[in-house]
Amino acid sequence: MTQATFRVWRGDAAGGKLVDYATEVSEGMVVLDAVHHIQSEQANDLAVRWNCKAGKCGSCSAEINGKPRLMCMTRLSELDLTEPVTVEPMRTFPPVRDLVTDVSWNFRVKKGIRKFKPRAPDAADGTWRMSQPDVDRVQEFRKCIECFLCQDVCHVLRDHHLHDEFIGPRSLVYVAALEMHPLDTEDRVPELRQANGIGYCNITKCCTAVCPEGIRITDNAIIPLKERVVDQFFDPVGRLVKIFSRRHTEAGSGA
Amino acid sequence: MADYQTHDYDVLVIGAGGAGLRAAIEAAAGGVSVGLVCKSLLGKAHTVMAEGGVAASLGNVDDRDNWRVHFSDTMRGGQYLNNWRMAELHAKEAPARVRELEAWGALFDRTPDGRILQRNFGGHRYPRLAHVGDRTGLEMIRTLQDHGIHQGIDVHMEVTVVTLLKDGDRVAGAFGYDRERGRFRLFRARAIVLATGGVGRAFRITSNSWEYTGDGHALAYQAGAELMDMEFVQFHPTGMVWPPSVRGILVTEGVRGEGGVLLNREGRRFMFDDIPANYREQTADTPEEGWRYTQGDRNARRPPELLTRDHVARCIMREVREGRGSPHGGVFLDIAWIREKLPHAAEVIRKKLPSMYHQFKQLADIDITTTPMEVGPTTHYMMGGVRVDGDTQMSTVPGLFAAGEVAAGLHGANRLGGNSLSDLLVFGQRAGQHAAEFARAHPAGSPDPGEVDAWARRVLAPFERGAAGEGPYQIQHELQDRMQDLVGIVRVEREMQEALDVIGRLTERAAAVGVTGNREYNPGWHTALDLPNLLTVSEAIARAALERRESRGGHFRDDYPEKDPAYGTFNIVVRKAADGGMELRREPIPEMRPELRQVIEEMK
Repeated sequence: MTQATFRVWRGDAAGGKLVDYATEVSEGMVVLDAVHHIQSEQANDLAVRWNCKAGKCGSCSAEINGKPRLMCMTRLSELDLTEPVTVEPMRTFPPVRDLVTDVSWNFRVKKGIRKFKPRAPDAADGTWRMSQPDVDRVQEFRKCIECFLCQDVCHVLRDHHLHDEFIGPRSLVYVAALEMHPLDTEDRVPELRQANGIGYCNITKCCTAVCPEGIRITDNAIIPLKERVVDQFFDPVGRLVKIFSRRHTEAGSGA
Repeated sequence: MADYQTHDYDVLVIGAGGAGLRAAIEAAAGGVSVGLVCKSLLGKAHTVMAEGGVAASLGNVDDRDNWRVHFSDTMRGGQYLNNWRMAELHAKEAPARVRELEAWGALFDRTPDGRILQRNFGGHRYPRLAHVGDRTGLEMIRTLQDHGIHQGIDVHMEVTVVTLLKDGDRVAGAFGYDRERGRFRLFRARAIVLATGGVGRAFRITSNSWEYTGDGHALAYQAGAELMDMEFVQFHPTGMVWPPSVRGILVTEGVRGEGGVLLNREGRRFMFDDIPANYREQTADTPEEGWRYTQGDRNARRPPELLTRDHVARCIMREVREGRGSPHGGVFLDIAWIREKLPHAAEVIRKKLPSMYHQFKQLADIDITTTPMEVGPTTHYMMGGVRVDGDTQMSTVPGLFAAGEVAAGLHGANRLGGNSLSDLLVFGQRAGQHAAEFARAHPAGSPDPGEVDAWARRVLAPFERGAAGEGPYQIQHELQDRMQDLVGIVRVEREMQEALDVIGRLTERAAAVGVTGNREYNPGWHTALDLPNLLTVSEAIARAALERRESRGGHFRDDYPEKDPAYGTFNIVVRKAADGGMELRREPIPEMRPELRQVIEEMK
């Protein structure tokens, strides 16, 4: 057994400080294990969120040595234990206590996004037909575990605090999942430009870099959504073509 | 007078996993006001961890499947102790509940002709599990969550309920606190649905998170409801065993469904050595036949790795106990071997089992496409729970409903994989519907303010003892260690008697527990308040397990290793006696309707 020191942020909305805890570490441990050891042996009231401990629920998000990560998927063997390991709450959200932050904003934002609206069923029994490749494309976004690490790292939210004007990468992934859903018929593009503030994203890809699910947030979700906004609002030729082709289709289906 | 915030609802749902969300959605559709409380953030409940799939006889992959086969599979898996009415409703309604999810945005994997794909799973005769790779639970909870937030339901995240409140015989509300600030909340409700999940934290090795402390079981018990089948705890055969910090984390049965095999340290496929008589007809004779089954050959029978979970877990225990286990006390689960059969095996494994690949790579430094995994049994699921009416899901307390893992009946002595996700959809829907009906038919009750005050004092008592009291974690860990050792997979009378003594002593210690710090997001305090629930369910498990002097399903007695037909005619029911002690009763199983009996005969 060897010892390692964890420098954990303790505090609340009024402020806080880093406190050092030495604890024993053993093979295979992750940061969350160390936090739990400290909690059960030295600081019963150390606040931390966690659930699955297997990278599936997205509860134990924190900043470890300054990097946004899941505590349950960060192995001690990949950290330099000769130095104290810093564990801090996500900085983009208001602190509640210790490692727990107030992430309720994310839930409110989601509620404001237009919900799924499927086309009429394809078969008489009320079911749909979809091809696996069409499903695969959206499943990448539906892998999201809502850990909000992408929101945490996004400079629009983290440094500029534009929570009222920009919904952040997680929410854009959610919009992408709906917009590219093979059955969905809703149009969320006008809102993307206005209320969702997609223009604030200047594709630095920090969100993609921290995603524990490996979702290519910028390339596969945000950029295609930006293209839809451009197509609909800033491309007069394309817009005309669309209007005519729509009329054409409508006329065709009416005949 | 305690200071608390009051909320009034027609229906209060406690728990926001699949069952709670589904119940809340249905109750809201019934036109009543609905509150939903959950201990974690929305979308983090245990449903999110379900991997393999949701069982429903859609018949998309094998058109021989229908509700009758699913019904008889479920009954056989449960060793006929199931509430047959629930097994019938479940088999009949699961397909509609799964299709409904698709209408709400769920995206399951597809068949070549574009319908919902289904996969093989233990105990299911035909490929029956609709799935999304190995993250089906995430897809389901997210679908229910994203649909649910638009149904006018009030969601109270990170709120713990410490007691139900009654008005006479009926339920009238619930009292608890919000975890974030530690403020009290009183919920007044005409009907309450418990959807709190399981009890896995009563054991040391478990796939369950901190939340699963038997809250709903204990709340119902304390409110006078009956619990049933508490001796039946499911130990999933394949949890991770190494490194120590991940011990217990689930390895999906889907690995075996895709062709994974179990090997002992000698490289022997030991599952072929012991095939129960009632499954012999359905089990492959050779490894070759088993492989063909996993690849969709309709004429092949399932490999013995896909026998029911109780049996597979015991076979693994036997190998370990007899010295043929893996280096860290498990056995080997090998999916890498399929490269002998398939040209792009590594790619297939990563595609079919992405989160398993990820989990082993990241947490154990093992590449499952080249190296066998080490696995062993882990406490996974509670078959036992609140005794409910099969049609309405109402408990023996008027106005109190239960759905999902916290309810007993559907699974009998052993649950089939995939049947829990369908359980929570089918009975979440039913509980929500009937709770709304109950709420419409009955006026609001009045909880007793004096009782609320008494509870408020009790909840704060650990702070008064402060550092002078014992810390809650020591008691919790001791209980988990002792339950694992004394009431685990292999049980004997002497050890379970010892467990009751241990529980008695720990109950006294829990009453004197102390916590430090303040009420804001204080996990020590939360753990202290969960202890009585853990102790109550532990006692119920031990007492029911002592009473069942036979081995059946998830319950194995070393001192009574055989199944005894005399024990196949009743369920064991536990309830709080007038003197406050725990009383047990044998409840005869009602006679099955003739047409259902015939279905079982035909499917034998």
